[in-house]
Amino acid sequence: MNLNDNKLSTEAEINASLRVSVLALLGGAAVWLVVGLALGIVASLTFHKPDMFASCSLLTYGRVAPAANDALLYGFCMPAGLGVILWIFARLGQTPLALPIVPVVAANLWHLGVFLGLAGILIGETSGHTWLEFSRAASVLLFAAFLLIAVTAAATFGARRDRELQPAHWFLFAALLWFPWIYSTANLLLATNSPVRGVVQPIIGWWFTNNLIFVWLALVGVGTAFYLLPKISTRPLATTGYALFSFLTLVFFGAWCGIPAGAPVPAWLPTLSGLAGGLLLVPLVAIAIIVIQTVRGAKVAYSGGPFCFTKIGMIFFIISGLMYVSLACPKYSRVLEFTWFSPAQVQLQLLGFFAMIMFGAIYELLPRVMNAPLPFPKFAKLHFFLALAGVALFVIPLAIAGVEQGIKLHDANLAFADVNAAAVLFFRISTTGQLILLLGALLFALNIFVMTIQWKIALLKTALAAIKAPLPVSEVKA
Amino acid sequence: MKTGIGVFIAAAFALGSSWCGLVLAPSLQLGSAKLATVLNSTDTYPVQRNGDATLGLQIYRANGCAACHTEQVRQEGVSCEVSLTSLGKNKPEDFKPFAQSLLTLPEWLDHTKELSAAFKDWTGILPQVVLAKTDKESADKMADLLKAAGCKSETRIYAFGSDLSRGWGNRRSVAADFLYDNPVQLGSLRAGPDLANIGVRMADANVQLQHLYAPGAVAKNSVMPAFRYLFEVRKQVDGATSPEALTLPKEFAPAAGYEVVPKAEAKQLVAYLLSLRANVPLYEAPFTPVISAKP
Repeated sequence: MNLNDNKLSTEAEINASLRVSVLALLGGAAVWLVVGLALGIVASLTFHKPDMFASCSLLTYGRVAPAANDALLYGFCMPAGLGVILWIFARLGQTPLALPIVPVVAANLWHLGVFLGLAGILIGETSGHTWLEFSRAASVLLFAAFLLIAVTAAATFGARRDRELQPAHWFLFAALLWFPWIYSTANLLLATNSPVRGVVQPIIGWWFTNNLIFVWLALVGVGTAFYLLPKISTRPLATTGYALFSFLTLVFFGAWCGIPAGAPVPAWLPTLSGLAGGLLLVPLVAIAIIVIQTVRGAKVAYSGGPFCFTKIGMIFFIISGLMYVSLACPKYSRVLEFTWFSPAQVQLQLLGFFAMIMFGAIYELLPRVMNAPLPFPKFAKLHFFLALAGVALFVIPLAIAGVEQGIKLHDANLAFADVNAAAVLFFRISTTGQLILLLGALLFALNIFVMTIQWKIALLKTALAAIKAPLPVSEVKA
Repeated sequence: MKTGIGVFIAAAFALGSSWCGLVLAPSLQLGSAKLATVLNSTDTYPVQRNGDATLGLQIYRANGCAACHTEQVRQEGVSCEVSLTSLGKNKPEDFKPFAQSLLTLPEWLDHTKELSAAFKDWTGILPQVVLAKTDKESADKMADLLKAAGCKSETRIYAFGSDLSRGWGNRRSVAADFLYDNPVQLGSLRAGPDLANIGVRMADANVQLQHLYAPGAVAKNSVMPAFRYLFEVRKQVDGATSPEALTLPKEFAPAAGYEVVPKAEAKQLVAYLLSLRANVPLYEAPFTPVISAKP
């Protein structure tokens, strides 16, 4: 087995350099995942019993629902994505993490920002712009933390020993550029004391939302999948040329989407956006071909492992992308706009696509980075089935409810209250899906936390052993 | 793409172009938008909100009302409608054959069904719709024809669509409606009805307050959560009900000797809701406000 001592030591060195940073990012992410799903369940309870939180301003639907979404996106998806980016850059570049202390500081700043932001939303301190609800202090913390991690990632990227760029590099590197740009633009133009006026606000809001929820998540999620799929199936990505094509079309068409067809804005904006939405089919098809060609016939003999998470995540990405295209198409958006279909698409993007890829990556990287097996490997397998069932039960009823709601809204003879009452049955099923998702998330968090605790105990033992160890004879003499 | 610089340039170019298109260009086009002028009038629109309503917008924001309510009405199109308002010296029995004679003319072939239906059982009651759901050109032509025949007619422009049929407004929402809002909260989900015109639809502040305290008291089957934390349940002073107290149906009323009064937040929120009145015709969203000749 002793192939190359030099190389083996480098791998251990890389893993050791990543350990604290990755744990800091992922541990917090796991907490926010549980918190976000729990808040989502609280929000959906309102539809089963509207008066449930009538006297509790903290838990009113209009505050809990955005808090749940933000906890999932800013709390879980983004730090998990950043942790995975650091790992992939270090692994692909065959180099230890540069500036290993910086991401630890940044992770703590980030999680503090998320905490402040969520607390602010629940007490009513929110900007009122979708996906930008966090208060100003929280946004500044998030922005600073992201920059710190981006600098670390870029330094690791620059120090890579294997100079050749992989497809995963393009996607992840672009994502590092993407977020600071859109987040600073949106915050400076919307959430300051002198924001832009009138309807320019929602236009910039839509631009930001699209570039974050669709493009950023797609860049990180697809980039990670393009790293994991070839690695696990031990065959090359098919092919680098397609990957380049899908990357370029995704960033060029994806960046222009987001303005809804019926928006009360000058008509050229939704027209352009709708056109870009239609063209989005091109990268979707290209990515689907790449994934199919890469994994077809690959023999990886374990169910519920990172490979399954990644594959199912990519399937959900294609479905979510197609739903997004249908929302951009004027013919369908007339029916689907303002219905539950759009939240269903967002949840599929967050929980079906992105979270699945992240789970796959985390279960793959954690044992390596920690240099220890998962404490409960069976929970990881169970988590896969729970996540799959949860997403299906959560999103499908919501999407069907949305289509039905859209069709009924167009029939002015149906009373509005009855249209909404008809959706309650679907909410029952989707709340069940949320509960299953929460259960899966708890298993996921358990694995991470037990692993962290074991590691800390081991550290403590080493430290104690060092203290208790009898002094060497030489020192006693001195 | 062999180097990081290539990726950087491609990504920066893609995002930069969309930034120019969807952030910079709309800011230049709309960022300095001025008050619009109401059609056929010298009034400007929108009207600046009063203090309570401006504060109410922030209550609306803080409680996330936009999570379930949109403030944008859609329409499917605009049509014209020509109504006969006076026959002049003609008699109804003479006018009927005249209308019939139009049917054979080539330019009215498309409207044959309508024209014959309009005058089938007509007994001379005015105003009578002659031509509905038509474009401006045909409407003008018909109006000229009626004028030549010595009759008087009125042409009405109206927008149509399911939102409008639900009574949520009489035109679509346009950029001008949101000039004074900060933040602008268009909303993206209709778990509750559209609120662009709630100030017209539910113009009574007391009903609005009742609805906030107990949605079921005003709207049957409502899925809206109650906002009781915006109200105070307090003991009546000397057994007399304060003028501010809500009148509530039995099942929602507080215990005897107690009354429900709105806190300042509730009053401000209602002031804001009452200020939502996007109901004037504008150049980009025209309609004829009043059908003057209706009895």
